[in-house]
Amino acid sequence: MLVTVIFLSVLLLVTLGVAAYETYGERKVAAFMQDRIGPDRAGPFGLFQPLADGVKMFMKEDFVPATANRVLYFLGPAIAMTTALMTGCVIPWGGTLVIGDFTLNLQAADPEIGILYVFAMVSIGVYGIMLGGWASNNKFALLGAIRASSQMISYELAMGLSLVALIIGTGTLSLGGIVAGQLDGVWNIVAQPLGFLLFLVCAFAETNRAPFDLPECETELVGGYHTEFSSMKLGFYLFAEYVNMFISSAVISTLYFGGYDIPFVDQAGLTTFWVTALGTLSLFAKIGFFIFFFMWIRWTLPRFRFDQLMNLGWKALIPLAILNILLTGLWNFRTELIQLF
Amino acid sequence: MQILFYLFAAVSILSALFVVAAKNPVNSVIALIVCFLSIAGHYILLNAQFLAVVHIIVYTGAIMVLFLFVIMLLNLNKSTEPQKSMATRIAAVIAGGLFLLTLLGAIKDGIGIANPDVYDGSVGLVKSVGTSLFTEYLLPFEVSSVLFLSAMIGAVMLGKKDKGQPDGGEISGAA
Repeated sequence: MLVTVIFLSVLLLVTLGVAAYETYGERKVAAFMQDRIGPDRAGPFGLFQPLADGVKMFMKEDFVPATANRVLYFLGPAIAMTTALMTGCVIPWGGTLVIGDFTLNLQAADPEIGILYVFAMVSIGVYGIMLGGWASNNKFALLGAIRASSQMISYELAMGLSLVALIIGTGTLSLGGIVAGQLDGVWNIVAQPLGFLLFLVCAFAETNRAPFDLPECETELVGGYHTEFSSMKLGFYLFAEYVNMFISSAVISTLYFGGYDIPFVDQAGLTTFWVTALGTLSLFAKIGFFIFFFMWIRWTLPRFRFDQLMNLGWKALIPLAILNILLTGLWNFRTELIQLF
Repeated sequence: MQILFYLFAAVSILSALFVVAAKNPVNSVIALIVCFLSIAGHYILLNAQFLAVVHIIVYTGAIMVLFLFVIMLLNLNKSTEPQKSMATRIAAVIAGGLFLLTLLGAIKDGIGIANPDVYDGSVGLVKSVGTSLFTEYLLPFEVSSVLFLSAMIGAVMLGKKDKGQPDGGEISGAA
């Protein structure tokens, strides 16, 4: 019990730390893509920049609009942050760590509905944006909130359908089970290339990242749903987005890229401790790559128009996902089908 | 565990009452969301993880988002609220009372209180829910999916623009 509490606290700190350095990474990647230097003043290579940004966020005036619904205005950023942080506990961050007599499973909980739990948290997360946007009593914020909710509902469908095809193959909803299947066999990306692409596109839409960042589209909506927020409340919204990006990358790596699996590591003759440690490191390397990929896309592609976004979701991704389910079903039951004829 | 049960029970009843009592429709919807979450808590206490999480995804995560969406767009408040006549109110009270009577009658004979000693903890897990849906309840399951499909087609037909109507922009795809 105590061990789990400590593990979850460490996980919380790691998540927040990664999210903080994602803000630094985003600025460095943007600078690299635009042939600039990026932040380099705070500390060596600007490494203390997230700290300086955090202090700045805390020190700013915490302004509440006079016509805002105070309770919901407060609740919005809190819900966004809480739901973003709650998903981490079902993700398998590694195998079982053994140090002497002490064993620690690097997955805090492995409920049999693991992947659905992640889904549920994501679907509750949209309330943070909706309530915050509505409570600010500002038309730009409301428009941003409405965009966010319609976008998330549309893309949740395609995301769920692309997962169904994956689950047909894995036969389990538990994230631990999905990784275990990939440890023995091949990574799911091999069996589900189309499903992976669909999931990736939907992950961009669910995290409100460019090219789908219409809820906070600054050219049309000032700041979108967080127009009226300042100080750490704004910080929570921005930070929740980076936490979501981290968790999405972790979920993508776990579902399609073997989680903490390193191919052929069992033939290298390492002790279990090193296998576990290297496995966790490899998971973080995969996550790091996907976080970079998120940023790469953001600074490469222009933003979609809202009708393009809806058309892509409903008329391209959902039919493709259904087709993918059909194909996966046919492939998985091919022997039974051949026997029929 | 028992404390959790009383906590969830109290939260669900209080939030359900607040749904009816709240003046502001947005507060009403939020109370309903809390009510659904506490019902999901009850499912988890019964070890019905699958039902709990699907309840959260479908009701809390999708249906209530749409509810909130519509209410925010309509921006209901005191001045726009339609004034109900006395006859409507009396009819509503009678209809509600009759519904309550029906429910009470159903509970009195039919359901009763389940015996906790014989409760099968695996009944709400993915495997058992799936097996019973696709064997024992296959026909009702398929019939209800046809019902959903027809409702969906109906909604699409209602939402479709007439041919002669001027195009109001392409943004109507949100439905």
